[in-house]
Amino acid sequence: MQYAILCYHDENVVCAWSKEHDDAVMAKLAVVQEKAARQGKLGPVARLLPTTAATTLRKDREPPVIIDGPFAETKEQLLGFYIYDAENLEEALAFARELAEVNPGGSYEIRPVGLFKDGKQAP
Amino acid sequence: MTDTRWINAVLTSARPRVVAALLRHFRDLDKAEEACQEACLRALRLWPTQGPPRDAAAWLIMVGRNAAIDATRRQRRLTALPDEDTISDLSDNESATVERLDAADYRDDILRLLFVCCHPELPATQQIALALRIVSGLSVPQIARAFLVTEAAMEQRITRAKRRIGGANVPFEAPGAVERSERIAAVAGVLYLLFNEGYTSDVAEQGARAVLCEEAIRLARLLLHLFPVEPEIQALLALMLLQHARADARFDDDGNSVLLPNQDRSQWNGKLIGEGLALVDKAFRHRRPGPYQIQAAIAALHSRATRAEDTDWAQIALLYGALEQMQPSPVVTLNRAVAVSKADGPAAALAMIEPLAGQLDGYFYFHGARGAFLLELERAGEAKVAFDRAIALANTPAEAAHIRLQLDRLAGSSGSVGKRKEPAKNS
Repeated sequence: MQYAILCYHDENVVCAWSKEHDDAVMAKLAVVQEKAARQGKLGPVARLLPTTAATTLRKDREPPVIIDGPFAETKEQLLGFYIYDAENLEEALAFARELAEVNPGGSYEIRPVGLFKDGKQAP
Repeated sequence: MTDTRWINAVLTSARPRVVAALLRHFRDLDKAEEACQEACLRALRLWPTQGPPRDAAAWLIMVGRNAAIDATRRQRRLTALPDEDTISDLSDNESATVERLDAADYRDDILRLLFVCCHPELPATQQIALALRIVSGLSVPQIARAFLVTEAAMEQRITRAKRRIGGANVPFEAPGAVERSERIAAVAGVLYLLFNEGYTSDVAEQGARAVLCEEAIRLARLLLHLFPVEPEIQALLALMLLQHARADARFDDDGNSVLLPNQDRSQWNGKLIGEGLALVDKAFRHRRPGPYQIQAAIAALHSRATRAEDTDWAQIALLYGALEQMQPSPVVTLNRAVAVSKADGPAAALAMIEPLAGQLDGYFYFHGARGAFLLELERAGEAKVAFDRAIALANTPAEAAHIRLQLDRLAGSSGSVGKRKEPAKNS
């Protein structure tokens, strides 16, 4: 069974970390990640940029609307995610719109990825 | 040893909200600041053993408020309030009150606090110092170091600023829509000043002044959190991030500034650029252009160019043209001319800046750029005069060194085409 591990924290606090603190946390995490990677158990890892950089495509209406920020409703839950390599926000939105056409309801939050490891590191 | 860094991060991120709520409560900046200070001290004492409360800001507001009331009562020899050790954030009724008050008002509270510090009646240097002291919570010695003045001078500057806004009477009612957007614009302007204060520093000052850029970015993030759909605020943060992303590439090992075309782009911070580009894209979707958006778009074009020669100068020239219409200024025209020189050649650029000679005669970059255009047009004699003038006006040793390099090139190969000069705005 594969598990997705979703990381939650107060981004205001994380953004207030000094660079040294941030680097130290990332270094400690890397040690744990490497152990799992050596066992061949670690898939892709991503660190997302702050929610202020997010855009949301609400697809519970026709046509869908695009709003700033991560405004999923509380009655909605995170059910999955894609990593899509886009040149800019418009291209990412175009892909999200295509997805929305075949799967209306709910919303897609489009958030840039700050750090990405593809999980294919040498075991 | 206990690691208290996490507490510092929590306190730093909660601070603007806490001081803002306390300011609303006490209606006195000094009292609010002292109460916040007291609450932070208690947090440092209690949190390592008790763990952080669920809502740190609410806890600090509550404790800060009680501490101040407590102090007043003690002065009046009355009974003290219950100790904060007994304040539970799960079952406390008062904490719910704080929560309610806060959720409804904290956006305008924080904006008010920022606006008080960025009050138009204060001179820019006082605005920045006050914002760093009150909102960011930097110590006076830290701020003094960043501004390269003595602690006593900084202390005095902050005291003066406080006295001045004490009399300014910023109303405590929720602002109307027009007033709110005026406040946002005033705050945005000061944050960009703060950023530039750190950005234009020389390498020797970098360590002490980097904090200015970082604080400006942090406060811009805060402002964007409060007003997430304001394209100009999205763009302001983007502009800072895209410029700050180049920090590591801006100086060489000898401390000389490295201009944009010569920077090692692999040293640029890809994460900051990614965030900046995403914000620029977001801002432009609103189709409500503004000066920060134009400037962020220009910075984005530089960031998107993998090599300096890939830069889309024609587009940058157009953007400066748009900026010129929104905010006419000889400096913007000068920047447009530099872009035009890359896109259309030095003759057009030179013609564009000649009329500015009167206004920009005391401006280092004007003579530097003019010299570079003349050099490219193989008018060596005139180029030398311009470069000599630029050297005399250089603000930092690095600037002077850069012009000297151009002069050496001019002397070494008279008539040949030299490297083009870039105004610092683009570095």
